[in-house]
Amino acid sequence: MTARNPLVMTNMKRLFVLFLLLLVATLGWAKEAAPMAEDVAVEKRMVAISDELRCLVCQNESLSGSHAELAQDLRREIREMIKAGKSDQQIMDFMVDRYGDFVRYRPPMKATTYLLWFGPFLLLAAAVVALILYLRRRSARLDLDPQPALTADEKKRAEALLQQVENKR
Amino acid sequence: MKRFLIPLAIFLLLVAILGYALLNLDPREVPSPLIGKPAPAFDLPQLAQPEQKFSPASMRGRVWLLNVWASWCVSCREEHPVLVQFSRTGTVPLYGLNYKDARADGLRWLAQFGDPYIASAFDNDGRVGIDYGVYGVPETYVIDKAGVIRYKQIGPVTPEALEKKILPLVKELEKS
Repeated sequence: MTARNPLVMTNMKRLFVLFLLLLVATLGWAKEAAPMAEDVAVEKRMVAISDELRCLVCQNESLSGSHAELAQDLRREIREMIKAGKSDQQIMDFMVDRYGDFVRYRPPMKATTYLLWFGPFLLLAAAVVALILYLRRRSARLDLDPQPALTADEKKRAEALLQQVENKR
Repeated sequence: MKRFLIPLAIFLLLVAILGYALLNLDPREVPSPLIGKPAPAFDLPQLAQPEQKFSPASMRGRVWLLNVWASWCVSCREEHPVLVQFSRTGTVPLYGLNYKDARADGLRWLAQFGDPYIASAFDNDGRVGIDYGVYGVPETYVIDKAGVIRYKQIGPVTPEALEKKILPLVKELEKS
């Protein structure tokens, strides 16, 4: 048997090192992540705008999150409008002109949407009025028909019962 | 007994309202803001003859229908026989807007199922579709003599929709 020299690797160790080197080598094949868009600022604004818009194909998704083809096309449109120097308001108007107020997640305040905006408060007010009416009627009823006081006999019985409880303790 | 009547009445009212909304209102039918507005202008090559263009401006003075279709659209297939039959009656000019399709696919589709259109405009990148507020093919627009959109059918044109809505409207528009 030869003496163990720490610098001489066994076959197993050699294989292991080879394996590690191969593992590292594969990293070289990975590409650097491509940037999401050529222009980060444009992309940021596009996402901010399309977050406010409903995708009409899959209505519970926003335009920014949808994979529908129409959503992709509309994002392209928005990107181009941003690059053309349009304001957010102009882009919003472009969308509303074509698809109506329904595309906006936050509908504008106008005559046809008053019920939408104020309906919940109306319901709340109606509930409060109903509650007040109910409480008033209830107290009126209690005033008319107060709980009858105990007769002398009943009072005695009640005291006796209480006394019993007291004694048991 | 009486104290249960009011909650029961409220419950039944809710069921009625929600039931009505569930069965009769389709959230996919978004009312188009374009109704009553001029049909957006475009000038697109035709599907069959790319060297020729089609523009809505050329239809001034006539009531006509613009049907948005695509070979990849499932409901269009359902709608197509209705349109083919309708086009044979020759009541009103029917034009197509071939939306986001490959030219070869669109042409093959028409060859296979019949071509009800006088011509189809070829909207390959879907930009004209966006101008018309198209979000689900098929969609059909009724456009009057002044070039104003009067009605939009969202989803397939059914024989009922033709009989009850589109044809009466077309008749009325043609009078004016």
